[in-house]
Amino acid sequence: MRVNRKGLLAAGAVAVVTTLGLAGCAGGDSGSEGDSSAASTLTVWVDAERVDALKGAAEAYSEKSGVKVDIVGKDVADIKDDFIQQVPTGKGPDITMGAHDWLGELSTNGVVAPIELGDSAADYLPVAIEASTYEGTVYMLPYAVENIAVLRNADLVPEPAANFDDMIAKGQAAGLTQPFVVEQGAEGNPYHLYPFQTAFGAPVFGTNDEGYDPTDLQLGNAGGDQFATWLGSQGKNGTGVFNTDIDGDIAKESFLTGKSAFWLTGPWNVGAAVDAGINVAIDTVPSPTAEPAQPFAGVKGFFISSESKNKVAANDFLVNYLGTEDVQLELFEAGNILPALTAAAETASSDPIIEGFAAVGAEAVPMPAIPAMGAVWQYWGIAEAAIINGADPVATWQKLASDVQAAISE
Amino acid sequence: MSTTIEDGTRQDAPPPKPSRRQRQAAAIADAASGGMKVFFVKLIALAIVDALAVYAIFVLIAHAQWVPMVVVVAVTAVVNWIYFSRKKLPAKYLTPGVIFLAVFQVFVLLYTGYIAFTNYGTGHNGSKEQAVSSLMASSLERVEDSPTYPVTVVEQGGQLGLLVTDPDGDASIGTNDRPLEPVSGVEFEGDKAVAADGWTTLQFADVLARTDEVTALAVPFSDDPNDGAIRTPDGSSGYLYVSTLEYDEAAGTMTDLETGTVYADTGVGAFTAEDGEQLLPGWQITVGFDNFVRAVTDARLAGPLVYVTLWTFAFALISVASTFFLGLFLAIVFNDLRMRGRKIYRVLMILPYAIPSFLSALVWAGMMNQSFGFINQVLLGGASVPWLTDPLLAKVSILIVNLWLGFPYMFLVCMGALQSIPDELQEAATVDGAKPWAVFRLIKLPLLLVTVAPLLIASFAFNFNNFNTIYMLTDGGPRDSNAPIPVGFTDILITMVYKVAFTGQTRDYGLASAYSIIIFIVVAIISIIAFRRTKSLEELN
Repeated sequence: MRVNRKGLLAAGAVAVVTTLGLAGCAGGDSGSEGDSSAASTLTVWVDAERVDALKGAAEAYSEKSGVKVDIVGKDVADIKDDFIQQVPTGKGPDITMGAHDWLGELSTNGVVAPIELGDSAADYLPVAIEASTYEGTVYMLPYAVENIAVLRNADLVPEPAANFDDMIAKGQAAGLTQPFVVEQGAEGNPYHLYPFQTAFGAPVFGTNDEGYDPTDLQLGNAGGDQFATWLGSQGKNGTGVFNTDIDGDIAKESFLTGKSAFWLTGPWNVGAAVDAGINVAIDTVPSPTAEPAQPFAGVKGFFISSESKNKVAANDFLVNYLGTEDVQLELFEAGNILPALTAAAETASSDPIIEGFAAVGAEAVPMPAIPAMGAVWQYWGIAEAAIINGADPVATWQKLASDVQAAISE
Repeated sequence: MSTTIEDGTRQDAPPPKPSRRQRQAAAIADAASGGMKVFFVKLIALAIVDALAVYAIFVLIAHAQWVPMVVVVAVTAVVNWIYFSRKKLPAKYLTPGVIFLAVFQVFVLLYTGYIAFTNYGTGHNGSKEQAVSSLMASSLERVEDSPTYPVTVVEQGGQLGLLVTDPDGDASIGTNDRPLEPVSGVEFEGDKAVAADGWTTLQFADVLARTDEVTALAVPFSDDPNDGAIRTPDGSSGYLYVSTLEYDEAAGTMTDLETGTVYADTGVGAFTAEDGEQLLPGWQITVGFDNFVRAVTDARLAGPLVYVTLWTFAFALISVASTFFLGLFLAIVFNDLRMRGRKIYRVLMILPYAIPSFLSALVWAGMMNQSFGFINQVLLGGASVPWLTDPLLAKVSILIVNLWLGFPYMFLVCMGALQSIPDELQEAATVDGAKPWAVFRLIKLPLLLVTVAPLLIASFAFNFNNFNTIYMLTDGGPRDSNAPIPVGFTDILITMVYKVAFTGQTRDYGLASAYSIIIFIVVAIISIIAFRRTKSLEELN
């Protein structure tokens, strides 16, 4: 007993100084990669699910160039914030995987370095390059393009719908009370409603030669009002196609159990539908007007840290290696979303599902990455949810536009 | 002083026979100071500690982290001194706790305090040097329609140069100071010039080893600086860039070469033009009390702040009161020996406490869904009650769920407290002819409150900052569409701060820290007042 007490004390002391020691090491470790073994080790942060996909590519590159590539798996929810916070301290990675809509934030914080794709820019899907560009400069090496499309239960409705009304009619003909589901929620979900909004000719921002123009808010134009009116007519006091009580899980369940034949969602949900034994077909988003319904495209890619000590190796690894067809296909195998490199995208499109998403993606517009978009997201879904639940469409929509304008000009 | 007196007593009279306690203490002291086995264990443990400390010190020196190094040295020295000493028994027990307190509490508090006085947030993320280099890097624009030049990094007398092959197949060489000039004696590999007379060609590994120099290499295309310079991001392809910004280090200004606008450092943490336009990224500076002033005077925040604060107090008070009284009621009921199957009931009562609150709140959110939720669909037979979407009902729902989450704790606490009240008191009161309600109100409750009051205050402080329940159940919603910030009717202060500071694409860590300090002060003041009040309760005993 007495000896134990002593032991406890000693153990306590060990724990304390171990903690301190480890804290010291942790602080030093990541930095030492930059200093001592500079030029020979690249640290790459990737989302934990894609570590294996990149391992092979990293090893192959190491053999080819002699540069050691250290792949670090990170929780996808933390990557962006950790990157922004760690780069200025010099302890962040050389390269991080990310999404194009982080660009505005990363660039405003000065934590990303420009990437020059050179002539190879022409080898990528145009939407991928457009999304990787911020204020006229490319900051991201794109590797995958992701967009939503309509999943159709081909056993219930064998033919694709010609337009929005046709989709509802086809579903009702098949005896369904809720033919079409899309994920909403109490605060709305503008990302999933955007294709319908574009069909009425109301994008969020206008564009200039450098990309989206934050001073040109298009949200409140005449098309916006028409969209709002239409949305109201499909809401609670209308046909009830849109319902803010339907969240992601409820929409999924409705489609998987055959209560709905059409589901507007992204490639991330295809696996679940196929596993549930549903005969899935991918359709373009049925437009409520004569114009095409264009969803947002999200582009995934790699950023180089502005404080990286290994910029040359990082550029070489990204542009000359990850930008090759073989590697893009390898990443595709792991993530099952359309590669950003045109040649790889064509190869991947031999899969009918990928081909379906690619066809919809051809119409897609990149999601704006400008910081002003933050002000839009804040109000957008709330206004749409209010309209669906019976608020005056045009008045609500105009208030949305003026709220966003006020927040941007602040 | 005291030792002389002790010595004196020892000489004068034989020491009294030590009591049992004293013998125990002596034995512990003996064990703490003596015994070879113990000594070796201690030695090995401290050796490990010291070895780690030495490693940490070397790592810190290598990174020129002087302050942490001094701290590690000092702490290690103190730890060694304390544990090798034969006395200092209290210090041996206290040291680990004090170190943890310093690392996990004091440091965090001080750091939050420091951040509250800075403009740390989106766009003000690093140092001025980093902002300058980042601005310069992003101001480089590739000359329109300029080709990709195959380049080879070469060296002469320690200076790096670029061997550039133009689209016609002609090779030229230049350095940072010397514009491109045609060169003779060139060796080609395919279409690319790979070596030139008088210059050493760098292999890829050498290029990597001199990354900083290669990155900084900008070879002027001609004598005219407006023609731009060739740079190579990857050591094998070069591109012609012009810069749109010029940094004047002496004046500390940035000039936009296209518009001629001059951006100067005006002390706001970013290069600012005369019309107030800022170039971002900027850098971190201390801003004094700006964040605190903004927290209470910002017109966009001030309006919602009032009703959010009121609701925060209401939420915390009602939650504490409702959970306490339900817990107490159930404790009394299950304390009654006439109750059958008490054990099973007690286990059932604890269940909400055993399930993680994150999970329960999410499950409740699902059950309260207006169209598809269990409550409306099954319990209310298809009623469409807007549990979470009506401003008033959402508040009620939050209180109900928080009651469900919180009462088991109060139940446990009251159960223990009730059992510690001697039965004789009740018997005596009953003999004196008191009714059960009077016994409870006049005897049991006051005694109970003495024990429980501090826990109620702690519970108030906890609910005041009960982020989980609000975030998981309603996320502050339904949204107040009239408010200029994304605040909802069930937001409490901490969730409002979270939304203001951390959602969207603009983060404001400085403002958030200022808010959390204000909230801390509010909770601290309330707790101090409440603890003073509870002292009067203790006088009952």
